[in-house]
Amino acid sequence: MSRMAVSELAPLVQLPRLLAGVRADRAPVSLDEHLDAYGDPPVRHAAGLIDLVEASGLTGRGGAGFPTATKLRAVAAQRGRKFVVANGTEGELLSRKDKALLGLVPHLVLDGAELAAHAVGVYDIIVAVGQSAVHERAALTHALDERTRNGLDDVRFQIAAAPDGFVVGEETALLSWISGGQAKPTFVPPRPFERGMHGRPTLVQNVETLAHLALVARYGPGWFREFGTDAEPGSALVTVSGALAQPGVYEVALGMRVRELIDWAGGATEPVGAYLVGGYFGTWVASADAERAALLGSALAPLGASLGARTIFALPAHICGLVETARLVRYLAGESAGQCGPCLHGLAAIADGFEQLARAERADVPQIARWLEQVRGRGACRHPDGAVRLVASALEVFATEVELHATGRCRGDGRLLLPTGIPG
Amino acid sequence: MKKALRLNPIACEGHGLCAEVLPELISLDDWGYPIVDGKPVPKQLLAHARRAVDVCPTLALALSRARGAGEIKTL
Repeated sequence: MSRMAVSELAPLVQLPRLLAGVRADRAPVSLDEHLDAYGDPPVRHAAGLIDLVEASGLTGRGGAGFPTATKLRAVAAQRGRKFVVANGTEGELLSRKDKALLGLVPHLVLDGAELAAHAVGVYDIIVAVGQSAVHERAALTHALDERTRNGLDDVRFQIAAAPDGFVVGEETALLSWISGGQAKPTFVPPRPFERGMHGRPTLVQNVETLAHLALVARYGPGWFREFGTDAEPGSALVTVSGALAQPGVYEVALGMRVRELIDWAGGATEPVGAYLVGGYFGTWVASADAERAALLGSALAPLGASLGARTIFALPAHICGLVETARLVRYLAGESAGQCGPCLHGLAAIADGFEQLARAERADVPQIARWLEQVRGRGACRHPDGAVRLVASALEVFATEVELHATGRCRGDGRLLLPTGIPG
Repeated sequence: MKKALRLNPIACEGHGLCAEVLPELISLDDWGYPIVDGKPVPKQLLAHARRAVDVCPTLALALSRARGAGEIKTL
């Protein structure tokens, strides 16, 4: 079983790991190439896999960072028919990492999904990808054909083209949609491991988590821990964008400095005022603070930030952070599933107030702050909390701009960089 | 056993009757939706809390066992 594989295979002690086999032409890695690079998937029915995953310290890479082994055990303990859902919907507009994995190394994700399924006693796997991710779905379809032709799988795989949208990737929303309902979050508990897809216990894992799992199964927890820290081991995919020479997806060792990652991305193309860390649910951090920080939850927490969606966006100093944040809040308000009153009405009110602020009209900042307090923690899912975190950090990091706007002035040069899908 | 109020925010339509019945523990936000903190309900307010649950027209409010410290909150 996989413990033997550790001694049989030469250790891979350099990065990248997940993206090690990526082809120069960026075409999806074929099954032959995948097997050449990584060898056959470890023996199935790996009862010890959950122990290996636990020893590795692998945590979910979708944003919440929940210990993967705990989830595996919870689903393994449930009886009857169950499902595995590989979540590759990646609704976060700044993130490309999951699409990169699916489009470049689909077999690594499929190996991980199948290993996880065997570990918890599941024979039906749904790989959920966004409707607009046409290339990634084609890569997956082709990869599954290759596996079928080679008789590799003894589980059923199904690809689901989920509606695009920010909230769809939230696991209860995704499960509701897969089960034939609306792509909207549901009230928990029951949690997916108790009652998920079609009311059956369901393991939902981000596709990057599954890709790591496929490597942990092959090379073992010691190998996984050669990067990262004791508390936050391993490597991680991070999408960097904004005013950088080479934006894109990078695989980093957890604990690496943000500064170093920025250097990997070719450095800044103009002075950076602040970084948006963790995506649209994330936190604005002043550039000097962010660049000094390590890519670790524990290092970002004192800055009020977290790795979150694992995206880092560099905002030029000449662009007004209030204007950009106003656009994001409007976007997030529009992406509310509209089910919970405080999220539906509160985010819209905060977006109105913040737009006034961004336009350097007379804005009631204390009222915005009061609304943030009223909305925090009041949804069935974390959507309102994420929006609140973003706005609160903007008021803090762009405090100078808030004062300037109060006098009717704005230093921004009028450029809009952050994607929202909303014109202007 | 300690009891706590639990609101299903999806079911809640902001009628606000619960806040009228139990103003000690429930206030309304700027849009008329109840703010329920989930802390254990003091013994002397339990009867009022039950009335607040009963008065909700959408069955969004429940009185259930307060969460223990060791319970898994997110999965």
